Formats: sequence, structure tokens, C-alpha cells
Amino acid sequence: MSTAGETTPSQTVGPYLHIGLPWPDGPFALAEGAEGGFWIRGTLYDGAGEPVPDGLIETWQADPDGRFDHPDDPRGAKAWPGFRGFGRCETDATGEFRIRTLKPGPVPGLGGAMQAPHIDVSVFARGMLDRTVTRIYFPEETEANAADPVLSSIPEPERATLVARPAEDGYRFDIRLQGEDETVFFDI
Amino acid sequence: MSTDPDTGAVPLAAGYRRDHGVHPPLDYPGYRSTALRHPKRPLHLLPHLLTEVTGPLLGEDRIGETDNDLTRQHDGEPQGQRIIVHGQVRDGDGRPVPNTLIEIWQANAGGRYRHTGDNWPCPLDPNFTGVGRTLTDDQGRYRFVTIRPGAYPWRNHDNAWRPAHIHFSLFGRAFTQRLVTQMYFPGDPLFFQDPMWNSIPDEKARERLVARFDYANTAPEWALAFEWDIVLRGRESTVFESEVDDD
Repeated sequence: MSTAGETTPSQTVGPYLHIGLPWPDGPFALAEGAEGGFWIRGTLYDGAGEPVPDGLIETWQADPDGRFDHPDDPRGAKAWPGFRGFGRCETDATGEFRIRTLKPGPVPGLGGAMQAPHIDVSVFARGMLDRTVTRIYFPEETEANAADPVLSSIPEPERATLVARPAEDGYRFDIRLQGEDETVFFDI
Repeated sequence: MSTDPDTGAVPLAAGYRRDHGVHPPLDYPGYRSTALRHPKRPLHLLPHLLTEVTGPLLGEDRIGETDNDLTRQHDGEPQGQRIIVHGQVRDGDGRPVPNTLIEIWQANAGGRYRHTGDNWPCPLDPNFTGVGRTLTDDQGRYRFVTIRPGAYPWRNHDNAWRPAHIHFSLFGRAFTQRLVTQMYFPGDPLFFQDPMWNSIPDEKARERLVARFDYANTAPEWALAFEWDIVLRGRESTVFESEVDDD
């Protein structure tokens, strides 16, 4: 049996990720035109408060029932029509990304505990030798957020960086890689 | 397996091993762009729960007919040394990772990317885009045909040159296994001054990014071959739920 030490190391996506990674349907975790969706939009900022125009955001989440279309969901894989659960969007010249999706349901945690609805996020960019990982939580889920084992383990005011803000067509979730309002990132 | 009717608990699969010692630090002054793009606060431990042990299982619908042969994507042949790049994707426990999407992108033979941001005064090749995709087979094996990319200069430090490399992106089967990395070529004289290469703390881990020249799989009168295996994170031996049950 090999050891953990044999993992292939990460390297930056570099400045030219745009030629290889964006997909025409990338931002559509929920298929374009499917019912019930909303946009999550945000801007990726660097430590000088400047937008990052050469980043890539990826999201992974449960469906509205809190289920995953994946064999390692112990309740069994379950597909939701038109829903991929995975979104990918390069940042544009203004550092903005967008993901069209559905709101995930609560997801089981440890024991009988439930996690609040959340979306896992990976951030890639030139200047990042490895991805960083964060989570999006929802502002209207006050009670579930307070009980969430991951979110509640983070002290305020940092905790607030993980909660999206309501927006006209969905939510807004800005990501600050460094600085005063630095987004909480996770050791994954 | 199903939900426990008394507690509502679902048994969780084991998490994945945290192998950060293998990866470069996010703050690495030798690579100047890290300065404003690394978090300064400590990372918070994220337990590997359902969202982390699952991940997108993308399929054939993401792959076009010539996506695994970067020399056949245009009417004419691209310039440069035709190469076969192949290998196996496994996890840290030695298990093959089957049916997983691999995406690659690279410069052309002269070191020029087909990207508006690339001003390196080496011409574009009208017959080369530099983008490929494939799925591993049921044994985790993959194979691309492409052109050996050239080295190119960049503005990181005085007389900075990137060693020839191919960018690779892999999903594995779990959010935790997501990996973006670069494959290098054996014997490249540019490693010593490359901050991407030097950012990897462990010398043995660096060497794992170097493909092996594979004469045996060279296609006679057609293409040289390189073999490069990729290892994604393996599983923790402990299952969370059994820990909870023991309490």
C-alpha cells in the first residue's frame, strides 16, 4: 500500500487557464432554462482590493433534497432533473463570476446532526500554488446556520464572510483572498 | 446503507488523507504573484462530510472526438515534436481512478499560448490550439497525443523562464481529490530557477511531476512517448461514524 506522501503535488493554474478550463455551460450547475434557479454572483478580490481577472471558481453542492448524485452518498445516488450540482466560471475583466443553481437542502453531518444548506467552493488563479476552499451559506437560514457544525466553529466577524447576501436575481458572494475582510478558507 | 430511523444519522464514508506537506505553500515569495493572492489568516479545519467525499462525476458528454489528440484539431499538422503522453491515475492507496475527466492545456512548440494575454513574440501555430480532454478508462489509464511544448520567458524575476510543461486538471471522485497541476519533461535544465518547481517543499514530491521518457511506447516514425502517473489523495482509514458510535 502506498502512503499519503505519494500524492501528486498541486501547481498553479497560471495566467492562461482560460484556454483550457472554461466551458460554455460551466456556470450552469442548473441547466439553462430549467425552473427554480437563481444566480450566485460575486467578485474575486486580491489583497490590494483589486479584482482578480484571471481566476476560476468552482462549486459543488447537494440538490434541494440535500442529496448527491454520487455512489458515496450512503442514501444512494439520486439525480435531480437538469441539475449537475457542479458549477465552473472563470472571472471576467472585472473579477466577477456567476453560477446558476438551486438552493441545496440540509445535508447530514456527524451523528444525527444536520448541516445548514451550503455550497463548497474552490478558488483557482495565477499566483495561487494550490486552490483555496471556502463555503457559501444562505442569509435566510438563521437557525440552521447557528446550528451548523462548521459555520458555528468560526468566530465572528470572520463567520460573516461565509454568508451570501440577497441580490435581485439570487445572491451575492464576494471572495477576498487577503486583507481586512479576508474570506474564511478551509483546510481541506 | 440507509438512514438510521432512530437518530436520522447516515453512515459516512471515510474522509481523505490530508497531505498538505506535499503541496506548495500558498505564500511563496519566490513566485511574486502569490504576494497579494494568499490568505493571511490560518485555514479552518473542514471535516470531510458528505459534500467533501462526493464530487462531480463528469462523463463522455464533456469529450469531443479529437479532444485527446491535439494534433488533429485543425486541417493541417501542427509544428513541433509529436508526443504521446499517457499514464494511470490512482489514489494514494494504489487504487485506479476510473472514468475521471482529465483536462490539459499547454503552449505550442515555440512556447506561445493561444491566449490574448500572451505577448511572447513567438508565432502562434494555426494548426494548434493546445487544449485537450479525456476520460480515464476502467483501469484509470489515459492517453493524449500532442506536441512537445516549448519553454517561455515570463516576468517573475531576472531572465525567468518556465520549463516546458503541460497543465493538467483532474476531478477524481470527491471534492477533496480535485487537483490542478503541471507535468514536466525529464532533464529540463530550467528547473533550478523555476519558482513553481521550487515551491514544492519535498524534492521527491517535485520529481513526481516529471514524466518518464517511454521509448517502449514510442510510435515508430510517428511520435515519441512519455509516461506520467498521477496520484490523487487516498482515504483515511477511519470512518467518522464508527468513531461517533464508540463514544
